[in-house]
Amino acid sequence: MNYISLSDKDKKEMLDEIGISTVDELFTSVPKNIKLKRLLDVPAALSEPELVDKLREIAEKNKNAGLLSFLGAGAYQHYIPAVVDYLSSRGEFVSPYTPYQPEVSQGTLQVIFEFQTLICQLTGMDIANASLYDGASGAAEAVLMANRLTRKEKILVASTLHPQYRQVIKTYTRNLGLSIEEIDFVNSGKIDTEQLAKKIDEETAAVVCQSPNFFGIVEDIQTISNIAHKKNALSVCVVSEPISLGILEPPGKLGADIVTGEAQAFGMPLSFGGPYLGFMACSKKYLRQFPGRIAGQTKDVDGKQGYVLTLSTREQHIRRERATSNICTNQALCLLRATMFLETLGKCGLRDMATHNLYKADYARQKISEVKGVEARFSGTSFNEFVLSFNRPWVEIESSLREKLIIGGYDLQKDYPGLKNCALFCVTEMHKKEDIDKLVEILDEILRQ
Amino acid sequence: MMIREPLIFDISGTEKKAFSMPELDVPERKDLLKDIPSREEIEDFPQISEIEIVRHFTRLSKTNYCIDEGFYPLGSCTMKYNPKVNEKVAALDGFTSSHPYAALDVNQGNLEVLKTTEKLLQEITGMDAFTLQPSAGAQGESVGMMLIRACLEDRGDPRKIVLIPDSAHGTNPSSAHICGYQVQEVKSNESGTIDVDDLVKMLSEEVAAVMITNPNTLGVFENDIKRIADIVHAKGGFVYMDGANMNALLGICRPGDMGADVIHLNLHKTFSTPHGGGGPGSGPVGVKKKLEPYLPVPLIEQNEGIYSFNYERPKSIGRVRAFYGNFLVVVKALAYILSLGAEGLKEVSEIAVLNANYIRKKLEGIYHLKYSTPALHECVFSDKFQKKYGVQNLDIAKRLIDLNIHPPTMSFPLIVHGALMIEPTETESKRDLDMFINAMQQIAEEAREDPKILKSAPHKSYVRRLDETYAARNPILRWQPTQE
Amino acid sequence: MYPEDYYYTKDHEWIKIEGNKATVGVTDFAQKQMGDVVYVELPEIGTKLKFHKSFGVIESVKAVSDVYAPVSGEVTEVNEDLNDAPEILNEDPHKKGWVIKLNIEDKAELEELMSLSDYEKFLEGLED
Repeated sequence: MNYISLSDKDKKEMLDEIGISTVDELFTSVPKNIKLKRLLDVPAALSEPELVDKLREIAEKNKNAGLLSFLGAGAYQHYIPAVVDYLSSRGEFVSPYTPYQPEVSQGTLQVIFEFQTLICQLTGMDIANASLYDGASGAAEAVLMANRLTRKEKILVASTLHPQYRQVIKTYTRNLGLSIEEIDFVNSGKIDTEQLAKKIDEETAAVVCQSPNFFGIVEDIQTISNIAHKKNALSVCVVSEPISLGILEPPGKLGADIVTGEAQAFGMPLSFGGPYLGFMACSKKYLRQFPGRIAGQTKDVDGKQGYVLTLSTREQHIRRERATSNICTNQALCLLRATMFLETLGKCGLRDMATHNLYKADYARQKISEVKGVEARFSGTSFNEFVLSFNRPWVEIESSLREKLIIGGYDLQKDYPGLKNCALFCVTEMHKKEDIDKLVEILDEILRQ
Repeated sequence: MMIREPLIFDISGTEKKAFSMPELDVPERKDLLKDIPSREEIEDFPQISEIEIVRHFTRLSKTNYCIDEGFYPLGSCTMKYNPKVNEKVAALDGFTSSHPYAALDVNQGNLEVLKTTEKLLQEITGMDAFTLQPSAGAQGESVGMMLIRACLEDRGDPRKIVLIPDSAHGTNPSSAHICGYQVQEVKSNESGTIDVDDLVKMLSEEVAAVMITNPNTLGVFENDIKRIADIVHAKGGFVYMDGANMNALLGICRPGDMGADVIHLNLHKTFSTPHGGGGPGSGPVGVKKKLEPYLPVPLIEQNEGIYSFNYERPKSIGRVRAFYGNFLVVVKALAYILSLGAEGLKEVSEIAVLNANYIRKKLEGIYHLKYSTPALHECVFSDKFQKKYGVQNLDIAKRLIDLNIHPPTMSFPLIVHGALMIEPTETESKRDLDMFINAMQQIAEEAREDPKILKSAPHKSYVRRLDETYAARNPILRWQPTQE
Repeated sequence: MYPEDYYYTKDHEWIKIEGNKATVGVTDFAQKQMGDVVYVELPEIGTKLKFHKSFGVIESVKAVSDVYAPVSGEVTEVNEDLNDAPEILNEDPHKKGWVIKLNIEDKAELEELMSLSDYEKFLEGLED
């Protein structure tokens, strides 16, 4: 199958018009010695039915159908209202480019403006951008932004920040002379604020922590921000499970200067890790150093309200090597889904979803803790994830769970050698009470053996 | 005239809802909320019914112009048709419901998608290895430059300078800068290609890489590319090739055969995945053997039919994002390649180039062509002929909107003042091409006869010309409750 | 149009000299080239400027332009009005739209500047 719309007659007419007889003549500027003298070695073209069969066959090699999963760790299963899939698949949203021509892109631009507003309301910040690639690159962009704002080079990162986010921060900063130091966690599962207070100094640009953190525990953002501010460092709060913002006090009200994170939970299916949706919000005074696209309100020549991409002098296409970021294409369609998701859930729906996560995860944690051979590792209050510590290697338990069609938690030992036999479990509103009870029962069975 | 669709916040009521949760089936422990800083409510968050949501977004969607509606010759953006079957296969439950941390045996299909796509891209580009992790072209660029830097550091000296032609896209200098390099601009000669003499003068042991877009942003093939690569390599530098314009080269020639050491592709351009109003994209990076050790972790390996991740890569630059890239975008690109086959891929570039040259021929003389060098998949005109009537490229662009055609690219290349960069792509019918040509001819005539109609265009759009100065001087970046 | 008692640079800054003190701004030509100014990034008072080095940035909707120091010296005052009303720079570039005041460090550098007639000739040369 190809997607060409020219008939042979059309081609002939066009070649005649150009004054040549074959298409090959259009490629004379490509030197002979680099021209490919054979056809590409790729599989023969498939018709649409064959293609669907082929891809379905590959998709079915994923053995996730019928499994009960308790995995989270930065990628969450939440209910996606039907209107999200229905509306977001409209060609008018799927098939335009970035809204460079505002007169014919008001739909996309207004959605961005609404998204920016929703993110500000959730995070308690003044301004938000039109998305970044994902939570990890968002955290890295926040570090670079803090470095530009403070002109300081030391970054303190919570060890309770998602391990992959920490890796991305390292990659982004490796050529820019920044130093990254980690802050340990204590038995509550929160970061060691005493250690933070010791390690921080006037050379520190930012303190980066995640809440709920990688262990699912709600960090004390206010205390962390106060410590940061005392040394004129910025407090960066990362949120990888934003459903939590339905009930948690917004980080902006707890002293955070930059709030960034992952909004996959707002209407993006798991999709093996992408596309997801990075977001970022900050205080108005940092606008000039804020990365990414931003939509702003204005009016047209008739005085009618409208929206445009604005403040683009911060961006690469104008400032080139001095831009705040090189980001260009972002995650617009994911932003659209998130906007639809949040507006559909609304004020009460998001709060209800958040409380269900809180209560269900708590119920699961309580029940599992009653099983012999396993206990909750940390004492801090968690949102929808919690760490379990087992009396034997996690890999053994994981494979026993798999036999019972359960995908257990995330193995923590590979990122935290100190957390031997520990795994991170996630429970959301998608889990019914019987799912949780089943997990408890099977764990009990496994651990009795 | 259409009535402006209000912001959701302005039509939000109280106690309305479009969604409700099931009854809670576990104990409600309100006391937990006391242990954490919790909020009473999300102030001013929308409350609205389902039909209102549906109408809100349906109405908003109608104010967008899109490729499904009509011709979209946005130069350098490759706005080709997005095949619908690709959406269908990317929505298969086996893909969408797979968790990135599930065990490898649960995710073999996903790894097969990634590995198969890598191999196909290797063959298409002549590169030795790929990473599909970068989320978009710009992230791909910075990964590419990081790889070069890591390899040079390994050799003992990262060097200081990256050379970039003055015709390049703005992300190039920005990406080089992120990797700690100073950018120096190489001049274009009068045929619009890199001035090799100028390049030779600038080359030194300090130059880490030359970033080249080929065909360049004028659509012109850099026919000295092999020689340039040889000269750069002789000085120990690398050649980075920006593959944004790969749509001109499929099955014709391969970056790997021209001397490129590292390239990035845009799956959302050449490989037909939709732009979504600005993403998600995908920016795979391909490298030659010498740069392979530095690729981001993890790499995908295949042994006896079993796929696995390899994290044991001591020289790797690390990760640039969480998980494995914009996976569903990769699924769509794979579907596209599989549906075309070798002949279909070659035909893509042939017809893309034919369409661009047809437009160029028809509009030559009516619009000014700064560079007469033969071009491939796009043509860059300017507003020079129309300027004498006081008409600029922006006016021409806005008038096209009235004629139901999306404007071309105007913001670059910087070496053409008043640029109109037109890239028709291969999927357009002759009827649509002729409609565009007629529209451009009509506009040229209007510029002579009635320039006012252009200066005040668009007339028929949902909103008319918007005041960007006002937006930048008085930034209103979110809805506020006080706003009336 | 252009004040006669000012001096000018090839980067289109103007400088008005009063003893050891100077006022610096950008010329009418420069503001026309940039279009509607939306933001001016000003240096801090006390900053030591170096001859020909950038000390600030002027942003219009679609362009960013550096402003270069016509002479070396220490910034004594910046035009705070530009923060709230950057449009002054378009409306009155040679007077109300001044950018900074400074103490001149090395009078010898003044030799490099153009007089009004030189600048006008320079502008003529720029036209296509």
